[in-house]
Amino acid sequence: MERVSIDEERCKSCGLCISICPVKILIISDRLNARGFRPAQCTDQDKCTSCGSCALICPDIAIELHREVKV
Amino acid sequence: MSDKVLMKGAEALAEGAIQAGCRYYFGYPITPQNETPEYMSRRLPEVGGRFVQAESEVASINMVYGAACAGVRVMTSSSSPGISLMQEGISYISGSNVPCVVMNAMRGGPGLGNIAPAQADYFQAVKGGGNGDYKRIVFAPSSIQEGVDLFVDAFELADKYRMVVMVIVDGLIGQMMEPVEFKTRIDVSTLKTPEWATVGRHGRDHANIITSLTLDAAGLEQWNLKLQAKYAQVELTESRIEEYQMDDADYAIIAYGTMARIAKTTIRIARAKGIKLGLLRPITVWPFPAKQIQTYVGKLKGTLTVELAYRQLFEDVQLALCGKIPLGWYGRGGGVVPGPQEILAAFEEQFGKGR
Amino acid sequence: MAEQMKVIYERPRSWANKVTHYCPGCTHGVAHRLVAELVDEMGLVDKTIGVWPVGCAVLGYDYFNFDSVEAAHGRAPAMATGIKVTNPDNFVFTYQGDGDLASIGMAEIVHAAARGWPITVIFINNGNYGMTGGQMAPTTLLGQKTTTSPLGRTPQANGFPIRVAEMLAQLDGPAYIARVSLDSPVNIRKAKSAMRKAFNAQVRGIGFSLVECLSTCPTNWKLTPVESMERVRKEVMPYFPLGEFKVVEGVL
Ligand SMILES: Cc1ncc(C[n+]2csc(CCOP(=O)(O)OP(=O)(O)O)c2C)c(N)n1
Ligand code: SF4
Ligand code: SF4
Ligand code: SF4
Ligand SMILES: [Mg+2]
Repeated sequence: MERVSIDEERCKSCGLCISICPVKILIISDRLNARGFRPAQCTDQDKCTSCGSCALICPDIAIELHREVKV
Repeated sequence: MSDKVLMKGAEALAEGAIQAGCRYYFGYPITPQNETPEYMSRRLPEVGGRFVQAESEVASINMVYGAACAGVRVMTSSSSPGISLMQEGISYISGSNVPCVVMNAMRGGPGLGNIAPAQADYFQAVKGGGNGDYKRIVFAPSSIQEGVDLFVDAFELADKYRMVVMVIVDGLIGQMMEPVEFKTRIDVSTLKTPEWATVGRHGRDHANIITSLTLDAAGLEQWNLKLQAKYAQVELTESRIEEYQMDDADYAIIAYGTMARIAKTTIRIARAKGIKLGLLRPITVWPFPAKQIQTYVGKLKGTLTVELAYRQLFEDVQLALCGKIPLGWYGRGGGVVPGPQEILAAFEEQFGKGR
Repeated sequence: MAEQMKVIYERPRSWANKVTHYCPGCTHGVAHRLVAELVDEMGLVDKTIGVWPVGCAVLGYDYFNFDSVEAAHGRAPAMATGIKVTNPDNFVFTYQGDGDLASIGMAEIVHAAARGWPITVIFINNGNYGMTGGQMAPTTLLGQKTTTSPLGRTPQANGFPIRVAEMLAQLDGPAYIARVSLDSPVNIRKAKSAMRKAFNAQVRGIGFSLVECLSTCPTNWKLTPVESMERVRKEVMPYFPLGEFKVVEGVL
């Protein structure tokens, strides 16, 4: 499972997550979703710090975040 | 309470509503019906209900709307200017298919008018008032006892059809004292919360949503057709009329509420003079008892519609009879109430000596 | 040692899993999400009734898994009062825009606050009438251009903006009144904790609560979502300061 999962069909390409990601790993992709938006995409899962900011600001609940833990 | 008690109209009607299961009342003061909210504020807490004095009639009707969404028996009352402010809410309540009862103690208008008895809100009550294609059942009692009895039917029919039921009276009925008997007492613990009510899911497998909004035209048309089917059913089964001294009548007065009460005296005087006059008294003004009135086509030489308004009830009589019986009309406005002799004089002026 | 994925953030369960009709970047969505998260976290889904406004959030009821009603324009506090009175144990909130709450519905909100009965209000201040195309609202800033103040709002022509949170905090009825902003992750965190207090004020039966949320309307502001967030910080916050304006004892 990815650290940053973006539900492309929910994304409206608003760019808010991209503007606040502290490690700048989010970009707008060049695909179109069914509603005609270019969804956000994570370029480097490993760099995600799991700060939670992108999920906090996303108005469309498109982002879910996970992190691997040792058990 | 099976014995008769002497009560003021506005209070008796309030008690009638409580006996009919009403436990929630929201309202704003206006004469001539202040005794109704005042009585409710004393009585409802005694029976486990709630009285709320709202900040306006706009707020009252929207509080009613909220309580109606919870599936309880709820009402408000007001008088003409206040009922005007409620039209938005009545339209929303009708558009959302939820039940409530609204009483209007009609007073002289337009505008602030006065506080004297009138029937000039007839069109507003039976034809519309708010926006959109909707109907209310409108009861027009002509005595306190009848009003008390009709409140039971008002709440039952509101629940049955999920619609607004109005009870229209006037200050005369509200202010007079009459002995009344409370024949029916609804045990509210037997009333079930309807499955559509927004009372929290509490385990229900879906969320209930109550709205009057349907964005797509085809969907809203379907919704309207459902409402229309319901109204057609109500028209078919719920219209009521009192036929008074009609068996041998040559002529009929058509009047409702206070006006019908006075017309009964006119009929007594007329009959003493040999005029065979009867009374057709709509008890529901919507649905209008057109079918019942139409049965007199070919039997009557004329009808005189009498109202405390200018040709409002008369329009429904015209629609019902389409000129098949000669139609007379007499009315006073502004809160002036004609006496029995005045009505008889109007009758004789329009129909001669009634032969 | 095995590895497992721990949840940092997942969609709330009381969210009905639909894509909203809101414009891209509109903070209505953020406010909605916070409501859903709190309903989940506080275990309220079975006893919540949402009262939705006339405004862009008119279809709000479609997006949650709890009971909802749709009020007439501005009348949500009255409707919520009727709902709460019939079932005092339920959790009843209204969600209202600034035209809805501070213009056509000003009487209803003031009296609901003055009664102080425990209902909760989520108030979206986006400085205009979003749904009808960006007309002037009671919260439109002086100088701000809207479709009905094309040269910018002036006190002479249009009067002054209304600070709802401060105004209602003058009343004795409310238990909790705050203004928050949805412009950044840190402020959204603070917004959520204010909303939690507001929800708690009702759940604990303390009284009326309202959280005013500084929001954006990128479409009618004619700014990008990111620029809209900047505008909130630079232009809106100086006039509408953030903070708690009323916190009675017991609200936490
Ligand atoms: C009685 C009435 N008047 C006017 C309208 C038209 N109307 C719909 S939404 C709206 C304004 C909504 O603005 P706001 O409350 O600020 O919500 P927003 O869309 O900005 O979230 C108006 C005036 C209406 N639906 N009903
Ligand atoms: S959780 Fe933080 S670091 Fe990871 S993608 Fe989101 S904003 Fe960037
Ligand atoms: S904030 Fe959400 S909707 Fe906006 S671009 Fe990022 S994922 Fe897409
Ligand atoms: S018009 Fe404005 S408030 Fe309405 S959804 Fe679009 S951005 Fe949001
Ligand atoms: Mg707005």
